[in-house]
Amino acid sequence: MQNSQRSDLEHAVDEGASHTRVRQRKMRRSRNTITTALHSVLFLLCSIGSAAAVDFSSTAPTSIFSPQSTPAKSIFDLSMFVLAITGIVFAVVFSLLVYSILKFRAGSAKADREPAQVYGSTQIELAWTIIPILIVVVLFLATARVLHAVQDAAMPANAIEVTAIGHQFWWEYRYPQLGVVTANELHIPVSDPAHPTPTFLKLLSADTDHSFWVPELAGKTDLIPNHPNRMWMDPQRTGIFVGQCAQYCGTQHAKMLLRVSVDTPEDFAEWVREQRQPAIADERVAAGKWVFETTACINCHSINGTAANGRFGPDLTHLMSRTTIAAGAALNTPDNLRLWIQNPEAIKRGSLMPAMQLSKSDADALVSYLETLR
Amino acid sequence: MSSNAITIPDLDAEAKPWVDVLHEWITTVDHKRLGLLYIGYALVFLLMGGSEALIIRIQLMHSHNEFVSPQVFNRMFTMHGTTMIFFVAMPILFGFGNYLVPLMIGARDMAFPRLNAFSFWLSAFGGLLLYFSFLGGPGLYGAGSAPDVGWWSYAPLGARAFSPGHSSDYWTLSLLVSGFGSIGTAINIVATILCLRCPGMKLNRMPLLAWLNLVMAGMVLIAITPLSAAQIMLLIDRYLGGHFFDAQAGGSAVLWMHFFWIFGHPEVYVLIIPCFAFMSEIIPVFSRKPIFGYPVMVAATICIAFVSLSVWAHHMFTVGMNSYANSFFTITTMVVGVPTGIKIFNWIGTMWGGRIQFKTPMLFSIGFLFQFLIAGLTGIMMAAAPFDWQLSLSYFVVAHFHYVIVGGILFALFAAFYYWYPKMTGRMLGERLGKLHFWLFLIGFHLTFDVMHVPGLLGMPRRIYTYEPGRGWDTLNFIVSIGAFIQAIGILVFVWNLIISYFRGDRAGNDPWDAWTLEWSTSSPPAAYNFATLPVVASRRPLWDLKHPEDPDSQYE
Repeated sequence: MQNSQRSDLEHAVDEGASHTRVRQRKMRRSRNTITTALHSVLFLLCSIGSAAAVDFSSTAPTSIFSPQSTPAKSIFDLSMFVLAITGIVFAVVFSLLVYSILKFRAGSAKADREPAQVYGSTQIELAWTIIPILIVVVLFLATARVLHAVQDAAMPANAIEVTAIGHQFWWEYRYPQLGVVTANELHIPVSDPAHPTPTFLKLLSADTDHSFWVPELAGKTDLIPNHPNRMWMDPQRTGIFVGQCAQYCGTQHAKMLLRVSVDTPEDFAEWVREQRQPAIADERVAAGKWVFETTACINCHSINGTAANGRFGPDLTHLMSRTTIAAGAALNTPDNLRLWIQNPEAIKRGSLMPAMQLSKSDADALVSYLETLR
Repeated sequence: MSSNAITIPDLDAEAKPWVDVLHEWITTVDHKRLGLLYIGYALVFLLMGGSEALIIRIQLMHSHNEFVSPQVFNRMFTMHGTTMIFFVAMPILFGFGNYLVPLMIGARDMAFPRLNAFSFWLSAFGGLLLYFSFLGGPGLYGAGSAPDVGWWSYAPLGARAFSPGHSSDYWTLSLLVSGFGSIGTAINIVATILCLRCPGMKLNRMPLLAWLNLVMAGMVLIAITPLSAAQIMLLIDRYLGGHFFDAQAGGSAVLWMHFFWIFGHPEVYVLIIPCFAFMSEIIPVFSRKPIFGYPVMVAATICIAFVSLSVWAHHMFTVGMNSYANSFFTITTMVVGVPTGIKIFNWIGTMWGGRIQFKTPMLFSIGFLFQFLIAGLTGIMMAAAPFDWQLSLSYFVVAHFHYVIVGGILFALFAAFYYWYPKMTGRMLGERLGKLHFWLFLIGFHLTFDVMHVPGLLGMPRRIYTYEPGRGWDTLNFIVSIGAFIQAIGILVFVWNLIISYFRGDRAGNDPWDAWTLEWSTSSPPAAYNFATLPVVASRRPLWDLKHPEDPDSQYE
């Protein structure tokens, strides 16, 4: 089910990046230092431009240049247009600058005469006022079109609605139509362009400001307390898409990771069916359940069908259906679960999960219990 | 016109006891000394803010680095941003303005010398308050020390629930106090320029530096006020049970954002307009031509000032404004590009047909032109609201505004240092060290901030203390960090140059650059009264007229 190649956790090697080699240019002590300067600037710009375009967009799982959903694609098309226009402007002005620097540099012999004193030219100044105005008009019209198309898109009747609630430092997802509550890993169905089934997110915050950003699926939108926002996406490829909170929200802003699983309609229906089941009650782990229900766990966490109905932390009813814990900070393994319960600082320093300080036997029992929550 | 006709007895012949010197500097109301105090104070904070940047860059050198804790990292970027904007860029530009404006308009001092001193000491006290938070921040709560809420302190992160202790209070008070200082200085600059110009200096004969400082000071009056208001509201929220920004009680987090950016965006122009001013003085002198299109340069500046007051919410394209608001802020932001473009073209027009001398001030000015061009174009990209939904809050934005602030403002400031240091001290800054500084800093700058755009495009958000491997960000961040250290070496060369040249630099004389504005007509450094007799001017370039009596500017204006 998990596409391990795209997973951010397993894939630790940073390839692709090795292609940017910034070559060291030996600075010759030439009279023409300015030319050297321009060369190195140009070289850097070129190396960076090509690095960005070629090397990275294919290997980075969060590149804004590999859109997989309509809003991201619309933005991508607009960005190519804007890049083209700004690129032309850059080329023109850059050439003018380089030309004037090279052409009008003072000779080695000190000139005894001042150059012709020119105070301005109305025609030329008018020209470089009007041409930019025309460019601005074109850019604005292109932008407004995409802006309207993405932001004001009507929600079709068959759209999946999800309420995403930002918390310090994790994500809560509620599917009001489907009666599903989960955390940190968003499941949505793939959308067939012929019969789109987009997902519309209603964005809320329980505390500070956050921002939902999965670059391949859509631009980011903030989650602000008492200020509901909306965004949508219609991914056209299945797989795992990653991103992270983009609006600084406190100490562990960096490890408030996003993980979106785009499923086939069948897989999605199956996932929904499983999520709607009450928590498994396995007699063999009753001791662990007892630990859970008699400690502070229940202040913050919910497990459907038990006494636990806290809302400060993630719903754990189907904890084991998730690949990661701590909002993506660690893989969901028994060892990590135990570490997270006993010493969360080791995984995510400054998170709001307290160290539970359980005895070894209680911790063992609790982890065994959590392991059954499929 | 006069070149310091009176010879005064050398009062400094006997070295004064250091307490007397200290007393003189602390009690001074001389605009030149206050200018130097501003500059020196800003340089100290530059080193502090720079050290914080280096800590940030060491931490981000590779993924899952544990050089500092998340708490410390968050304090570092908060302090870095606050320091660099409020206690480096603002005071250093006020310092140059204070020093140069009276000299360039032929005045003997600022209009309100004692207000000037008061404003400086308010700003200085603000900086101390901010850094005192390292000691006083925990308060009785044992909470974190320095503020860690980002330099925007977005609500509700700045509320007591999320920022316990006093760290946010020190942040708030320091900005409030230094904000009053800024308002005082701005009033002073406006009054000085409007009332103290020497005979003959009509508004349309003022050097562009004076014009642009006038516009900048006007913007300070408009921009700082909402910031101060917001800080007072935040204090009321934190201590008097107010709910301005408390979303749980019907307040609005978005309200804070509006207040902050109504200040924050004009602030960018408050910082860049004086740098435009430096360019408009330095590029003509080293191109040996007058500024191309003086009236248009003034008009473009005023146009930028007005339009920039209506662009603030382009910082808020992701907060969920409706599409009409987003469209409005898209068009206003793009429109700012037009007068800014005019400026760049006019600077090129100034160089065109000139005889360009590549002294260190001009090298930094050329760097400014290239970098400001790129910064403007990336700004246009982010003005396109949908594109900004991807770029905003990412390292692309961080790279963009550092291109403006370092590539633009800091390069212009370096140019200004090399250009006016001879006037301020009587000694030239070393040209060889200057060139070394330029090349080191240029290479470091491009290594850092060109490359920094890319992780943003690859989805790296700003303000994260660490990042996951496998996202293609590691190598890029490593290069960025290397560049930061090269810049740091460049800065050290600069500081060394400032110190060594003060003692061993070549004597500058009154007019080392063969320049045309009034400050070069008096001694270096100028006497306390600036001009023995007030100059009388007949054109925008009084010293040109003096040096070329056969072909004075006054014929053509």
